[in-house]
Amino acid sequence: MNRLAIILAQFQFWPDQGSTLAGDVDRLFWTLTGVCGTILLAIAFVIIYFLAKYRRSNPNVDRSLGDKPTLPAEATWTVIPFFIFIGMFIWGSIIYFHKNQVPREAIEIEVIGKQWMWKIQHPEGKKEINELHVPLGKTIKLIMTSQDVIHDFGLPAFRVKEDVLPGRYTTEWFTPTKTGVFRIFCNQYCGTDHANMTGQVYVMEPQAYAAWLRSGMNPTPIVQAGGELYRSLGCSGCHEPNGVVRAPSLHGLFGHPVPLQDGRVVIADERYLRDCILLNYEIPASYEPVMPSFAGRLSEDQIYQLIAYIKSLAANEPETASVP
Amino acid sequence: MANGTSTIDVGTEEFPALPGQEKGTLTGWIQDLVFTVDHKKLGLLYIGTAWLFFVAAGIMATLIRLQVAWPGNHVVDPATFNALFTMHGTIMIFWVAMPLIFGFANYVVPLQIGARDMAFPRLNAFSFWLTFFSGCLLMFSYVAGPSLYGASGPPQVAWFALAPLTSRAFYPGPSVDYWSLSLLVSGIGSVTGGVNVMTTIFCYRTKGMTLYRMPLFTWATLTTMFLVVVFLPPLSAAQIMLTLQRYAGAKFFEPLAGGSPILWQHFFWIFGHPEVYILVLPAFGILSEVIPVFSRKPIFGYPMMVAAIVLIGFVSAGVWAHHMFTVGLNSFSVTFFAFATLVIAIPTGLKIFNWVGTMYGGKIRYELPMLFCLAFILQFLIAGLTGVMLGVAPFDWQLNDSYFVVAHFHYVIVGGIVFGIFAGTYYWYPKAFGRMMDNRLGLWHFWLFLIGFHLTFDPQHFSGILGMPRRIYTYQPGRGWEIWNLLSTIGAFFQAAGALLFVINLFWSAWKGKEAGEDPWDAWTLEWETTSPPPDYNFETLPEVRSRRPLWDLKHPEDPDWKFE
Ligand code: HEC
Ligand SMILES: [Cu+2]
Repeated sequence: MNRLAIILAQFQFWPDQGSTLAGDVDRLFWTLTGVCGTILLAIAFVIIYFLAKYRRSNPNVDRSLGDKPTLPAEATWTVIPFFIFIGMFIWGSIIYFHKNQVPREAIEIEVIGKQWMWKIQHPEGKKEINELHVPLGKTIKLIMTSQDVIHDFGLPAFRVKEDVLPGRYTTEWFTPTKTGVFRIFCNQYCGTDHANMTGQVYVMEPQAYAAWLRSGMNPTPIVQAGGELYRSLGCSGCHEPNGVVRAPSLHGLFGHPVPLQDGRVVIADERYLRDCILLNYEIPASYEPVMPSFAGRLSEDQIYQLIAYIKSLAANEPETASVP
Repeated sequence: MANGTSTIDVGTEEFPALPGQEKGTLTGWIQDLVFTVDHKKLGLLYIGTAWLFFVAAGIMATLIRLQVAWPGNHVVDPATFNALFTMHGTIMIFWVAMPLIFGFANYVVPLQIGARDMAFPRLNAFSFWLTFFSGCLLMFSYVAGPSLYGASGPPQVAWFALAPLTSRAFYPGPSVDYWSLSLLVSGIGSVTGGVNVMTTIFCYRTKGMTLYRMPLFTWATLTTMFLVVVFLPPLSAAQIMLTLQRYAGAKFFEPLAGGSPILWQHFFWIFGHPEVYILVLPAFGILSEVIPVFSRKPIFGYPMMVAAIVLIGFVSAGVWAHHMFTVGLNSFSVTFFAFATLVIAIPTGLKIFNWVGTMYGGKIRYELPMLFCLAFILQFLIAGLTGVMLGVAPFDWQLNDSYFVVAHFHYVIVGGIVFGIFAGTYYWYPKAFGRMMDNRLGLWHFWLFLIGFHLTFDPQHFSGILGMPRRIYTYQPGRGWEIWNLLSTIGAFFQAAGALLFVINLFWSAWKGKEAGEDPWDAWTLEWETTSPPPDYNFETLPEVRSRRPLWDLKHPEDPDWKFE
């Protein structure tokens, strides 16, 4: 009896629900499973019924069907599934767009994937490896990139997962709803030790999180580090008022549309800032393309710090922003 | 070839054979196979090659399952494991499934349309040998020595080989090149083969065989070959780009130089998703032949069945990016691809309903081909429904690249395509060898394989939902995955046993099977009009067709089909 209970306990079917998103996704999942299961059972039933009824060894069954046209039947079983699927599609899209709307106040945490570990840095400058500490009930936005190949930051209990690509930022966000330890998996095959690229998320009470942040060494906050880089790399020499070159002001840039020389208008997001610093092929309208490329001179961490700094400039615009 | 004339002079005169080519000697037999341009022999060669690679890749699969049977197991080391699943996936798709499709197309299509051979018999042999040797090239990576740039070994990049993992920085030796170049070569073979089959179908149908009277298997093959010709070239292009990047300093997938790793994924999946339909359409075709014959009724709604095949072919071109929902595409693309993915379910559903409609009012015979078809229908239905679920974007945050996906596509490929191919094999084997396949062995094969299939892949849905990522060579205990993995591994052995009986049956029946005669199933399409096995020239007199079921007309002159068309 006891044995049986132990064996039965082995059969787990459903992961923890750890985030606000989990409920939505699971509801959709169960509804879909219900609908699909019903369709499946219905068809299976019909097939088995026909198989029994129309078996060759069954002589007394009416097999004369006449010359009924097939089209009406076909129309029925095209249209009904179509509407069912459209319904699912709309519902799925609603949740999808909801997830795409990152709440405004979110704690932005940097995640860098690298064969075969996760490097994580909090805005206050605290760093960790393969572990992510987050406060309960706060929205967490992960800004992720990779130093080598493609990885994928998957958090099954939070129902989020997104590829982590070299040379570009992807994001994912979640709001944890209960404290505890949850797992991180790399879901994209990334080489020999892919299986061991795992980690843990610790969801803590906000006070505990604050205490944790203060513990240990006192690192430089990311924005501050970014500011130091901004000056030491000479960005300020061009981009601040009365610089040597005519360069666009970066104050208030983040999140706003930028007209480019090729006529496009792009929103200045993390990807754009990153490309400006490294690739320099998106040139804002009415400027000479004189900015040097910093590719190869900056580590992923430093790029992230610079971007964080430029983002912080958006928040507190000084009076003397140089207008082009 | 005598394709143009409607009768052929069979002749009685035997030409003296050249030394080493005498009939009945071993060398003669080998030379016959190597130099043959006969579509039937090439078809069988394709199929034989496929089963050979099937055994190889099946052994790899068993090793994979053994390694992950329980947490912390150590059967192979990580690098070997990564090579195993890379090779397993690549071989199963390109050197098992594809040759099977081409083998059946080669063998059956010319017979079904009343042609004497393919349009370009020598090109046909060329396509086959490219397929065969490209497979050997890939397998050779296991024994190859080091190159200028580093040690060799089998590729370890997974079957879709995401950039930038394939660049020289990560795999300096030639292992990735074996992968890439063998696919390039096999791609050429497939495209030439596709052109050949399409030309044959368009130009060599016998008198009266209009497109609207063509058997559904031929229709399915036609659409498949169209997809092959259109969608394999992007893959070949991607291989060339990859090689240029590895050895000529190109930067297509290099983010720091303005390239993009996503570009590779687009190229790969533009090919990769239609590939699923390339493989599954012929299986649909097989079902559309077998189910009517064993229900003793013409197919339900022939016009819509044709329309559905063609529609699936077209829509399959627009769904590739649903493999990429988690790479951070913009939301418009995601919605578009999610929608297309759902739309493709509609014609597929229609086919399933029409097969059921065919059984309605029939006189169903439970022979082996029919059993495999029935299993196909239910399994494919499940695969389709989990596919629709995966197509709903939010699930991808939970399920993408997890074992759930593994379960889903094995349901499509094994539960669907492989079962369909088994049905086709039991159905046409008597035609090719003149003997029936052994029924007892066949039943054992069916049940073992069915149980094994479900035991292997049903549990993977749950380990996937519980978050188990694909392609991990080991895992920690206590995540709820143990029991599912153990069941899955046990299932693999059932499947292996079933497959073994099948292979034994293939040989045994060719030697000891019951004589089949021309038309053992009392079927209606042209291939059953000629002898089993058919002569080199297929038909003594090219038949003339007046309806979709020419053999019915022949057997029932009092009530022919053409009266109703
Ligand atoms: C030699 C002067 C110079 C230096 C040094 C310089 N920039 Fe620039 N930057 C420019 C100019 C000129 C432009 C506009 C034309 C272009 O993009 O080349 C620009 C454009 C930009 C843009 C796009 C602004 C917009 O309005 O769209 C960003 C972001 C940026 N720079 C960030 C930086 C950062 C960060 C650094 C330091 C790592 C830096 N720049 C260093 C001259 C400079
Ligand atoms: Cu990884």
